[in-house]
Amino acid sequence: MADSNLIQIKGLRDGLLVTLGEGGWSVLHSSLLLQIDEKTEFFKGAKLALDVGNQELHVSEMTDLRDELSDREIILWAVLSNSPTTENTAQMLGLATRLSKVRPDTPVQVKPVSSEDSAMWVKRTVRSGVRLEYEGNVVVLGDVNPGAEVVAGGSVVVWGRLRGVVHAGATGDADAVVCALDLSPTQLRIAAEIATTPERRSQPVPEMARLKDGHLIAEPWQPG
Amino acid sequence: MTTKVVTIASGKGGVGKTTAVANLAVALAQDGRKVVCIDGDIGLRNLDVVMGLENRIVYDLVDVVEGRCRLRQAMIRDKRLPELFLIPAAQTRDKNAVSPSDMVRLCDELRQECDWIIIDSPAGIERGFRNTIAPADKVIIITNPEVSAVRDADRVIGLLEADGKTDQGLIINRVNQAMVKRGDMLSVDDVLDLLAIELLGIVPEDENVIVGSNRGTPIVLDGKSKASQAFMNISQRLQGHKVPFIDLEEQTGLWNKLTKFARGGE
Repeated sequence: MADSNLIQIKGLRDGLLVTLGEGGWSVLHSSLLLQIDEKTEFFKGAKLALDVGNQELHVSEMTDLRDELSDREIILWAVLSNSPTTENTAQMLGLATRLSKVRPDTPVQVKPVSSEDSAMWVKRTVRSGVRLEYEGNVVVLGDVNPGAEVVAGGSVVVWGRLRGVVHAGATGDADAVVCALDLSPTQLRIAAEIATTPERRSQPVPEMARLKDGHLIAEPWQPG
Repeated sequence: MTTKVVTIASGKGGVGKTTAVANLAVALAQDGRKVVCIDGDIGLRNLDVVMGLENRIVYDLVDVVEGRCRLRQAMIRDKRLPELFLIPAAQTRDKNAVSPSDMVRLCDELRQECDWIIIDSPAGIERGFRNTIAPADKVIIITNPEVSAVRDADRVIGLLEADGKTDQGLIINRVNQAMVKRGDMLSVDDVLDLLAIELLGIVPEDENVIVGSNRGTPIVLDGKSKASQAFMNISQRLQGHKVPFIDLEEQTGLWNKLTKFARGGE
């Protein structure tokens, strides 16, 4: 018997938001599937965003759920959570972790990220297949490997080797910058400008990339 | 000793997972350990071929999971090493025939019987991969010094980290030192730089590996080539012994040949 307090369903502009209550994952998981199976027609073809609250989900649990939903012709595109582990897992699987992203028809508002705003702090190697997305600044203590993506509304600082795709000022902020100890991204974007890394001739030095007169430039970092 | 479950994974296909499983299993069994290897590549099995046990298969992994036979009945004893067993994959089914919890249960049962369980993971990061990862105490990631293989290995490491599987080791397979020297191949350092996990072994490119696979005789059994030496070293390191990494330098110059000759050959 599915307990309706455990699961709340809300319509969004372009899909469904399912919010799970508190409880063990196995209980929530099975009552979610039960609800879906009771209303197959309603759910069929839906784009589903799942708010799991404080649940800590690992890759196996999330991929299982995604597979089970896709068996029922439901697309899981976002997992929202208060748990960093779960957010991490969702990013690992290429799922969105915030709802605000999918609104292509609303006019883009250029909102510069002020330097006082909090930053997303990532202290690990960002590996291939991981997409980090944050509306503010992003600081990575570690490498960003090829195949990984970092998308920030503000600036991106990588204390390590930056070799994946990086997009600073993703919401249009042309003052955003990208700094790295070794700035060799597959592709570097600031606001709407895109560049690739030229073939490196010398030892890498810390560099900062920014927009100057509409062009992307990278310059060695000058302390002081 | 307590039983250790080791899964060998790579993401990309064709980098040497199956060969590594066969050779490490043989090397551990030669050290007197009781070893069971499991082929996790349901539907595309070939560990049985590489180990030369194809014609002995009666029951397989899926038969055990679905209760058509007892675990013991699906364990094929190696014809050369009495302490080495293989549980083959089913060829006529697919990855969905087994679940991660089935694999955990199966390995828990096997833990009472043997010292090492070595699992061959299929290529990819889907169901089959998750089946083989679930029971693992340690995951060995194997890659070639190729950009695409290293990229996939990086993805696999990321998925393992997210799943809390932090005991990882790296094997770099098919290193061709002459190509590295010419700058045509990634070096061991290049790969380690990117993946940043513990190095368990470096296996040089060696034609004998292919010959051995085709004959169903893992090269560790003859033990002469550099590749077989590398696999034996990896098996030692798995057992906690410190073994220096082999010298990959090709000793082909006339001077080297002469000094070798003077030292009494290889």
